[in-house]
Amino acid sequence: MRPESSLIPRRILSVWCAQLALDRWRTGQGCKPGEGADADPLALITETAHGPRIDVANAAGRAGGAHAGMMLADARTLCPQLRAVPGDPAGDRELLEKLAAWAMRWGPWSAMDPPDGLLVDITAVAHLFGGEKRLLADAAHHFTRRGLHVRLAVAPTAGAAWALSHYGPPHCILSAEDDIAERLADLPVAALRLDDDVLAVLRRLGLKTLRQITNVEDGETGRDAIQRRFRNRRNPAANPLIRMDQLTGRVPEPLLPVVPQAMPLAQRRLAEPIRHREALDHVLADLAADMVRDLEGRGQGARRLELGLWRVDGEVTVRALELAAAVRDADHICRLFAEKLDNIDAGFGIETMRLRASWAEPLAMAQGDIEAAAHGHGTSLAACIDRLTTRLGPRAVSRPVLHPSHLPERAQRWQAPLEPEPVQQHELRFHARPLKLLDRAEPISVLYATPDGYPRRFQWRGEIHEIVRVEGPERIAPEWWREKSTTRLRDYYRIEDTQGRRYWIYRHGLIGDGRGNDRNGGLPDWYVQGLCA
Amino acid sequence: MIVPSLDSLPETARLSSADVAALSATRAARWRPGLPDAVHSEVFASARDASGTGLALALALDTLEARRAAQSDHPSAEKEDRRAILWVQDKSAVRLTGRPYRPGLPEALQGRMIHVYAENAQDALFALEEGVRCRDLACVIGEVSGNPRALDFTASRRLSLTAERHGVPLWLVRIDAGRDLSSARLRWAVRSAPSAPPRWNAQAPGDAAWAAELFRARTHAPGEWTLTQRGGALVADPKQRQPATVGMRLGKMSAKFPIAGPSSLSVRPEPVEGPLFSSGGPLEGSAALRQAQGERG
Repeated sequence: MRPESSLIPRRILSVWCAQLALDRWRTGQGCKPGEGADADPLALITETAHGPRIDVANAAGRAGGAHAGMMLADARTLCPQLRAVPGDPAGDRELLEKLAAWAMRWGPWSAMDPPDGLLVDITAVAHLFGGEKRLLADAAHHFTRRGLHVRLAVAPTAGAAWALSHYGPPHCILSAEDDIAERLADLPVAALRLDDDVLAVLRRLGLKTLRQITNVEDGETGRDAIQRRFRNRRNPAANPLIRMDQLTGRVPEPLLPVVPQAMPLAQRRLAEPIRHREALDHVLADLAADMVRDLEGRGQGARRLELGLWRVDGEVTVRALELAAAVRDADHICRLFAEKLDNIDAGFGIETMRLRASWAEPLAMAQGDIEAAAHGHGTSLAACIDRLTTRLGPRAVSRPVLHPSHLPERAQRWQAPLEPEPVQQHELRFHARPLKLLDRAEPISVLYATPDGYPRRFQWRGEIHEIVRVEGPERIAPEWWREKSTTRLRDYYRIEDTQGRRYWIYRHGLIGDGRGNDRNGGLPDWYVQGLCA
Repeated sequence: MIVPSLDSLPETARLSSADVAALSATRAARWRPGLPDAVHSEVFASARDASGTGLALALALDTLEARRAAQSDHPSAEKEDRRAILWVQDKSAVRLTGRPYRPGLPEALQGRMIHVYAENAQDALFALEEGVRCRDLACVIGEVSGNPRALDFTASRRLSLTAERHGVPLWLVRIDAGRDLSSARLRWAVRSAPSAPPRWNAQAPGDAAWAAELFRARTHAPGEWTLTQRGGALVADPKQRQPATVGMRLGKMSAKFPIAGPSSLSVRPEPVEGPLFSSGGPLEGSAALRQAQGERG
């Protein structure tokens, strides 16, 4: 049943941390199983819409009648002294991630098997530990030392290893020559890693063990019958046939290995706490040089840097820096941080400094020294923007981009200067737009011959402008899909006054349009919104 | 145009008298559109219209085009200038005249503008200097309102020197400002001018026009023009003679701001770097000529 192509049979170690959440809680409390806080009945719970539900109960709690999946209220009737502690699934997952990285001591790569398992590929490495038996013993020893209850199994496929670790005898090894389907035939169907509803269907069909499923398959039309029932299920967890094939190795099962990524980090513990800015700058320069060397080795450049300053009295100050482009230049980093270190309170002194690049991007080895080049050739655009944002704030430097809207003030948005421009539709060419737009349109008082005619004269900021040339109106209707029904339309005019000053003004509404402030509409208001060149 | 230091040249490469004469002739010429040598200019304008910004942009486009044309025979010259321009505004400039509006910008600049909003004049000056030092920028446009204390002669001289060293031109629009001390190489005062009626609708406002006065320049004679952007190019018409109104306006302006030059009374002598031309007096010689004479003698 093994795939013929691979010469060395694949060996997968499955680790099931049977009580991961409880073990983690015990480690946090610092007690052994059954002692201290663990001696009393206890349950880890999750809040649900119908009240708290028990995730897992400890040995005393189980003895009292509480078990996983029960409502806390029901368990309390059986065991009134049951203590409820909120569970922490996110923390458990984090621990599992760490365990996955740590488990690479037994094999070249390992994968997480949420919520509480690990899969380690130990193909061709068992002899380093003196055989698979000793490897299992070593793994069991190390996991127990970490205070984790584990069940281990080794098998040629991930599915078989998982089934054995969860439902087989402890420390079980399935050798490559064994017939997997035959050896696992007595395990329950739950060993196939199926969803609960699928398990319920199989139970109703009377299929309780893997042998029964295999027997059905081996019959004349058995496999077709199961195939027909589950033909719409593409997900392996919902289709017992796919799971069965994965278990026996007929179809490959790709696993997602965990690759630990260490962030570039430079740290200095100082013999003497520093209280002065010169010393701080000096240490910062050292840190930046270390960081640059580290980044160079990885072929990366920093996009975000965090500088942590630990004071003698335990206070931590963190200063973060975001860069417009990947940077690997110590002087540039120092210069940008120098802006941010002006208001540091050193207290009794700073004893540890740590520089961390929490966001790094690939950067080829090309860039020279920005600061030295600045004297001759000037800075690059990214360096210039970095300096501006560091001093003026991240929102001060921006680039206008078009936004699909008819309203002039919504038709332009601002984004970070080096971001790629979104796809946009340009304004129509015959729409003349002003060079500058006021942040808020300013009200003006206008003299006109007829209410819906051309404006003749207007007063703005205390001065009267005689209008000599007008073009318009260009009517811009309110965007009914996002504004209230009482929003008035705008009639835009481009005008020029006697001195040649050009403006973009609009009349807000029409007489008798029934919108505006009162029900009858009222007189339309006039605004100046833009200044033309 | 960069004046080579005479000391660094070998003896044979020194300018002959004919060259010096030719050079002085070009230097003494009046300003006209299409000169590539603007480095640090100031444009004084009112806050009630966008004439200052409009003229600064027009001058910037004109100068960039001239520079590109001058370098077009260079093998590494690019067909199209895609470098960004930096536009710095301080808070009160934004409040008075608004922010640039992308659909209304000249087409060549629409996708290239990076805007900097500075809380005060000090930050604006910092941004201007950083911009002028950046080799990836085509030019820098600044808008500063009033006469802030931070923008003194030292600050403007810093800007001039940095812009000259890195070759990034700077146009600084001074909104509602008095004509204080500055080391800007070209100083303009601008008002909007009535535009020419468009061909198809004589009632509509036409192409933007500005009544611009070059009141102080290091290498050009002062003068007044009506500048228009016609077909994408900057066109300068000599000032139309309208004695009555012009006299009245000049009188008003000179009462408000002291205008240097022989056409009006110079209330306060301004310190200038290098020789200064006056529009009325005889032109004695160019800067290069004087420098050459001084160094030889």
